[in-house]
Amino acid sequence: MYQELTSYLFISAALFALGLFGVLYRSSMIGLLISIELMLNASGINFMAFNRFLGGDPAVGQVFTLFIMGIAAAEAAIALSIIVAVYKRLRSINIEQASELKG
Amino acid sequence: MIGLNPELVANGAFLLVAAITLAGALIAILDRNILHAVFGLVVCFFGVAGLYVFLGSEFVGAMQLLIYVGAVCIAIMFAIMLSEPLYKPAPPPDPMKLGLAAAVAAAVFGVISLLFQSAQWTKAAPVSTDWSVTAIGQALLTRYVVVFELISMVLLVAILGAITTARRLR
Repeated sequence: MYQELTSYLFISAALFALGLFGVLYRSSMIGLLISIELMLNASGINFMAFNRFLGGDPAVGQVFTLFIMGIAAAEAAIALSIIVAVYKRLRSINIEQASELKG
Repeated sequence: MIGLNPELVANGAFLLVAAITLAGALIAILDRNILHAVFGLVVCFFGVAGLYVFLGSEFVGAMQLLIYVGAVCIAIMFAIMLSEPLYKPAPPPDPMKLGLAAAVAAAVFGVISLLFQSAQWTKAAPVSTDWSVTAIGQALLTRYVVVFELISMVLLVAILGAITTARRLR
């Protein structure tokens, strides 16, 4: 079971679907960020699984997973600073109330 | 140990790691208390690190723990402390929104799993079988050196941008 590509793809698809559910369902901005992190992790699992079972060069998939982690860290820093700025302005991190740019 | 089939133990450990991952993800998206959701995220990241170890890379597993658990989750906790007070009651869940979100997520999951079950994968021509950290380091500083430097710049810009964004508005 642990030596089959399909089981890893299954876990990764479940993680992605859970993240998507969270993005659609959550109304707090931090909840959204958490869900996006879940989806990024699903893509990382996919890279590592294809690298393990189908890839030609083991270093490539690992390097790409490390790149995803770097981008995710940058994304989290930016998103959290935006959340703090929005909270300072609106006194709320509910996504429904951040509608000033709606026009 | 007598009578313990190694294959069986490995399968059991794999199932355990997968269950930890999915249970952590469920806590992360469903718990009304946002701090509990972050703890669920930590559990999920530990599970994913275990999956990386199963996939043959202890190094990426360790990096997963360092970067995600050690940096991202701690940063999220700081943001929680700086923003919404935790005693504020969460708004009541909207059943319509819950149903629609669950339907969309289930549809996406169904389509993806149908796709990868019907796909015919072909293995790439083997170039190397070196799983060591040395190989990763060499790939990072030769073939992918531009991307590596670019990510360093992205991180620097992100840090500076985060500081200015969080400081300015008053």
